[in-house]
Amino acid sequence: MRSLKAQRPEGVRRDPAPSRWGYRYQRLMLTPGFRKLVKVGVPMLVVGGLIAGWTAREANRQMIADAYNNTKTQLQQRDEFMVKMMAIDGADDTLATDIRTVLPLEFPQSNFDLDLEEMRQTVAALPAVADVSLRVRPGGVLQVNVTQRVPVAVFRAPEGLKLIDSEGVLIQNIIARADRSDLPLITGDGAREALDEGLEIYRVAGPLMPRMRGVVRMGERRWDVILDSGQRILLPTDNPVPAFERVVALNQAQDLLERDVAVVDMRHPARPTIRMNEQAVTNLRQINAEQE
Amino acid sequence: MRDLYQSQRAMRAMRQAAMQRGVIAILDIGSSKIACLVLRFDGPEQYSDGDGVGSMAGQSSFRVIGAATTRSRGVRFGEVEAMAETERAVRTAVQAAQKMANVRVDHVIACLSGGRPRSYGLDGQVDVMGQTVTEGDIGRVLAECEVPDIGEGRQVLHAQPINFALDHRSGLEDPRGQIGTTLTTDMHMMTVEDSIIENLLYCIKRCDLELAGIASSAYAAGISSLVEDEQELGAACIDMGGGSTGISIFMRKHMIYSDAVRMGGDHVTSDISMGLQVAPAMAERIKTFYGGVLATGMDDREMIEVGSNTGDWERDRRTVSRAELIGIMRPRVEEILEEVRVRLDAAGFEHLPSQQIVLTGGGSQIPGLDGLASKILGQQVRLGRPLRVQGLPQAATGSAFSAAVGLSLFAANPQDEWWDFDIPAEKYPARSFKRAVRWFRENW
Repeated sequence: MRSLKAQRPEGVRRDPAPSRWGYRYQRLMLTPGFRKLVKVGVPMLVVGGLIAGWTAREANRQMIADAYNNTKTQLQQRDEFMVKMMAIDGADDTLATDIRTVLPLEFPQSNFDLDLEEMRQTVAALPAVADVSLRVRPGGVLQVNVTQRVPVAVFRAPEGLKLIDSEGVLIQNIIARADRSDLPLITGDGAREALDEGLEIYRVAGPLMPRMRGVVRMGERRWDVILDSGQRILLPTDNPVPAFERVVALNQAQDLLERDVAVVDMRHPARPTIRMNEQAVTNLRQINAEQE
Repeated sequence: MRDLYQSQRAMRAMRQAAMQRGVIAILDIGSSKIACLVLRFDGPEQYSDGDGVGSMAGQSSFRVIGAATTRSRGVRFGEVEAMAETERAVRTAVQAAQKMANVRVDHVIACLSGGRPRSYGLDGQVDVMGQTVTEGDIGRVLAECEVPDIGEGRQVLHAQPINFALDHRSGLEDPRGQIGTTLTTDMHMMTVEDSIIENLLYCIKRCDLELAGIASSAYAAGISSLVEDEQELGAACIDMGGGSTGISIFMRKHMIYSDAVRMGGDHVTSDISMGLQVAPAMAERIKTFYGGVLATGMDDREMIEVGSNTGDWERDRRTVSRAELIGIMRPRVEEILEEVRVRLDAAGFEHLPSQQIVLTGGGSQIPGLDGLASKILGQQVRLGRPLRVQGLPQAATGSAFSAAVGLSLFAANPQDEWWDFDIPAEKYPARSFKRAVRWFRENW
């Protein structure tokens, strides 16, 4: 009987049957999940491992960072992205100088280094600026379009004279009242909040205008008008403008303020009161005595 | 019988699981070749007209996506003889088919041709419990069939109800829902040797595959190579394989008889090998190239070189005429066919309304066989080729593949077997917990 043990002489063609393990391997490889794992998972793992191993060294990471930064800088420093100058529109010389002071830019500079929003906020924070928009114009020009605040009055604060706009925002300091004698003078606590009323009083002054020195907010509730000779017109809390109009009319009719009057008190609308100077009182008494 | 019932039901469940996954393999383990087909099920039929008339055998519900054949080793008479060799051959076939299909198969339906099949006709009779016949009644009548002594070491391979009769009306396809009092059934049971199935199971298990069904190859060949009319009116399919020749008789679309002759093409080859003094491989080659069963005058002059590989090339230059070859082959083929005739006569084939005989299998490719067969088996003989199924490679459409193709059709829509019906409750052991569960399920 032939031996049951497999004896495979040299040169005899091998059995075409797959080996047990070969068969199992092929079946395993035909299993969809395993196949995906081998075809996708393992390569990803190997590549990921290589990358991780390579980047684990400090020098390699530095190299990548340097290369990235170099490329980025080179790109950003291209001529097309360079800003060469700043153009300011809508601002007078003083404000333009201020803007240049708060935006200390060194030209030329790359477009990418400019933080336009932050610069806009910096410029908008200037008191004289109502609104501002920044953009980089083609040709490398940083365009700053400014809307300036318009001063409507001079405000005397404890620390000095300031210009004020219609919203009550302090714009800038001035040295002397004479610098802006065209604007009315307003002072007192709470004057900025009631600015419209104060300006309205000025508007109805009419013939008294040359004599007006200023209006003072008293106790944050009512207005006093100061005339050049130190005369004072005390206006009521409610409806101060008609009260002042009455004083103006009274002055036109009877030259009230040409007389030696120190204070015209209009605080009680039904009973206007006049306070005269001491000298005038004395004189009046004398005259009265002589007449008696 | 209960073991068989359980194991067959387990196989049915496995087949269902395989259908769910959509891929199943067909393994035809024959004596001369092992064929493996990988089928993909795409769900219900795609090209049906929607009027309930599908394709004849449901063959359009699946598609062959892998096919491989390998020379069989270690199989004789359709029975596993050398386990390791067979296992390797199965591995070869399965691996090649998997490679072609590019999908992994876990479930396999196998057929076997050996194992000395025997057919039994059983009948059972019960009284219908309710007014109409229910599925439970069918289960009962099938369980009521008196099982003959099938002998020691044998196992049931098929047990198919082939006929139902209700009272005096016979020939019912499906008695369910019909009104009657007495239900009778005829069942065809086929048994094979236990050890053959065990070996086949073990062999498939060693290949990491799970068996999802098992069928007789004669039955499978009949499904694929008999046309519908023949199956309906009565026909016999002769599956001439390498080691054995299977016989299956169909009637009213059921197999009613099956048998096998333990002779086949391999015996023809060994006759040639002995008669011409050549190696078996050479004999096989001569048989396939020059073989025949009807000698003509021309064949006397056609000389065949039969120089065998003895190494003595100068001296060993024998030639034989084709007539001599035919003279060797013909007696053996006649012997096989006569043996088939005996089996058919024993089965009472002549009483069938139609006596069509279809020759298929690899052995049926011998030129002139139909002429010889018609002399022995009767006038109505034709050569059969398997039904065409989608995706089957051209190389696998020959008559040698009728069992494999038939097994595919069997996988697509298997015939009702005894174990497809629930066993009646009173047959369960008294303490069965299942019985309580069933009672609850039926009554609540």
